[in-house]
Amino acid sequence: MSDLHPDLVCTDLTKDFAAFRAVDHVSFEVPQGSFFSILGPSGCGKTTLLRMIAGFQSPSSGDLRIKGKSMIGVPPNKRPVSMVFQHLALFPTMNIGDNVGFGLRQRGVGKSEIKTRVEQVLDRVGLPGVSGRRIDQISGGQKQRVAIARCMVLEPDVLLLDEPLGALDLKLREHMKVELKSLQAAFNTTFVYITHDQSEALVMSDNIAVMNHGKFEQIGTPHDVYHAPSTAFVAGFVGDANRIDGKVTGVDGATLTVVSDGGAEMKIDAPTQGLSVGDAAQVFLRPESIELVEAGVGVNVSSGIVESVLFNGANSSVTVKDGSGGLLTVALPQTGTFARLQRGDRVFTRWDPAQARCYLAAGA
Amino acid sequence: MKSDASRLGFYLLLAPILLWLVVLIILPHIGLFIVSISEKIGPREYETGFDNYAAFFTEPLYWRTFARTAIMSIFATALTLILGFPIAYYIAKLTRGRTKTTLFLMCMIPFWVSELVRTFGWMILLRETGVFSNFLQYLGLVDGPVEMLYNDAAIMVGLVYTSILFMVVPLVTTLDSLDDSLIEAGYDLGGTSTAIMREIVIPHAMPGIVSGCIVVFMLSLGNYLTPILLGGKDSLWFTGMIYTQFITRFNWELGSAFGFLLLALSSLVVFAGLKLSGQSLSETMGRS
Repeated sequence: MSDLHPDLVCTDLTKDFAAFRAVDHVSFEVPQGSFFSILGPSGCGKTTLLRMIAGFQSPSSGDLRIKGKSMIGVPPNKRPVSMVFQHLALFPTMNIGDNVGFGLRQRGVGKSEIKTRVEQVLDRVGLPGVSGRRIDQISGGQKQRVAIARCMVLEPDVLLLDEPLGALDLKLREHMKVELKSLQAAFNTTFVYITHDQSEALVMSDNIAVMNHGKFEQIGTPHDVYHAPSTAFVAGFVGDANRIDGKVTGVDGATLTVVSDGGAEMKIDAPTQGLSVGDAAQVFLRPESIELVEAGVGVNVSSGIVESVLFNGANSSVTVKDGSGGLLTVALPQTGTFARLQRGDRVFTRWDPAQARCYLAAGA
Repeated sequence: MKSDASRLGFYLLLAPILLWLVVLIILPHIGLFIVSISEKIGPREYETGFDNYAAFFTEPLYWRTFARTAIMSIFATALTLILGFPIAYYIAKLTRGRTKTTLFLMCMIPFWVSELVRTFGWMILLRETGVFSNFLQYLGLVDGPVEMLYNDAAIMVGLVYTSILFMVVPLVTTLDSLDDSLIEAGYDLGGTSTAIMREIVIPHAMPGIVSGCIVVFMLSLGNYLTPILLGGKDSLWFTGMIYTQFITRFNWELGSAFGFLLLALSSLVVFAGLKLSGQSLSETMGRS
């Protein structure tokens, strides 16, 4: 029955501020129990969008429905959504139990029931028996979980998360990513998560919306967004990619021939991009799609000189300068084959035409 | 060597406050205390005893004035808090940038003129031939001139007016430090405006409220000008009584005893206030 109404539906949601449009005709649906991320650079309007869903800002136009009911004009304290704030916003004047019980007290739930429900939810987030402690007596990760417990105790239809992992150190952030995902699965509540960190979005989400300049560039599964970006912005923003500017010189069925501004020729399988001869194009190529070979002939093989080796454990990469002067970042294979590669060595690079993405250059 | 030099620096920096405390506060109080426990038994003949303090308790006029001063000061403090809190909340939470600075300055402008001038301002407004009286007559609400001066309400107006800044400043400071997202979180979790005020804003502002109340209470209790000018000569205020003993009656012994009683009273009320609100003096004074 919950299939009838997705938990959250936004239709043509727009927010205008005095000088600019922060959110521009955004439409999306979030099905019940899924983890939806909105990924975008800072200033792209994602916080404004989240604040509209929470009710702190009202949209200039468009509709916003939660469980089928329109939320336009409904104040934040009457909406079935809860929000985990960027800096968590735990109340420092209350202990943990009172923090978590705050929402229940506002609903007029009896004292003893509040106590049991607070204990239950703290238990579920893995913090049993901390309700008597003060906020400053627990660690960053524990605060995170208290903030989630404080929202989940109200059993909201949608939980909004505003980059809550931003303030944590790297190790804890990696850990909390996994934990958030499993908490979401355990509570089976719809999560809407905003972040500028693509790895957070890729790891946790069922669906990702990539946002730029107030618009959604693409909505899709992490796999789609990463491997089949539908716009140049998504290709450049999600994951690392080499960007090569060039011109289309030939179209042969689904295969394009593009000559880079430096003069290097390459073949790309781009079935649906609709590019024609003479168009300025942007080619995006992931470092891990490029292969290093000792010698070779064939499609998209070029020789180059190692410009630098960036050692970063499993994520090590090398920069290769090809004959035309273009720089390519190539992921270093972890099989040991090229472990001794050094600056100045000559190598060949090869990549599959199907692995590259080609877009019409912006403004062309 | 180095530690000697830094120690010297420490004492030099400490010297002004020590001098201030010893010469201007502690020495006069010791002197006053000695005077207050001297009983005059004849010309230039004194005996040590607590007769001056006993005189206070046996003469109803004295201790009634004392109690009246205390109660009216507490009332003035409460009124100042009720009026000052919304002003401070508005300045701290609902305004930004230039507007905030301007409003804050506007609160301070009255303090650029002397207290005497400000009090005379109130007299011009409230007296029988004053602005309010004429205005009411002009509207036809009253038949003849109305005297609004020389009563307790006039004193209260004056006390609140002179001390409201000292309530607004610490309140703005503490409310400023309240993160807006805490208020938003309160709404998000289903809180009503009153619940958020009661459970989030006021507990956070408590140190500011208490320090503002302490300052305003002390200012009201020790105020001399406002009760005399606005309350008229029938108005009894304990500081006025101390003045009378020292200057008019030339009874320094009784005046000193009154002074000490006032000190004891203000300490007691502040202590009670801190206990009731669950704050500590160091925390309150340290935060604002």
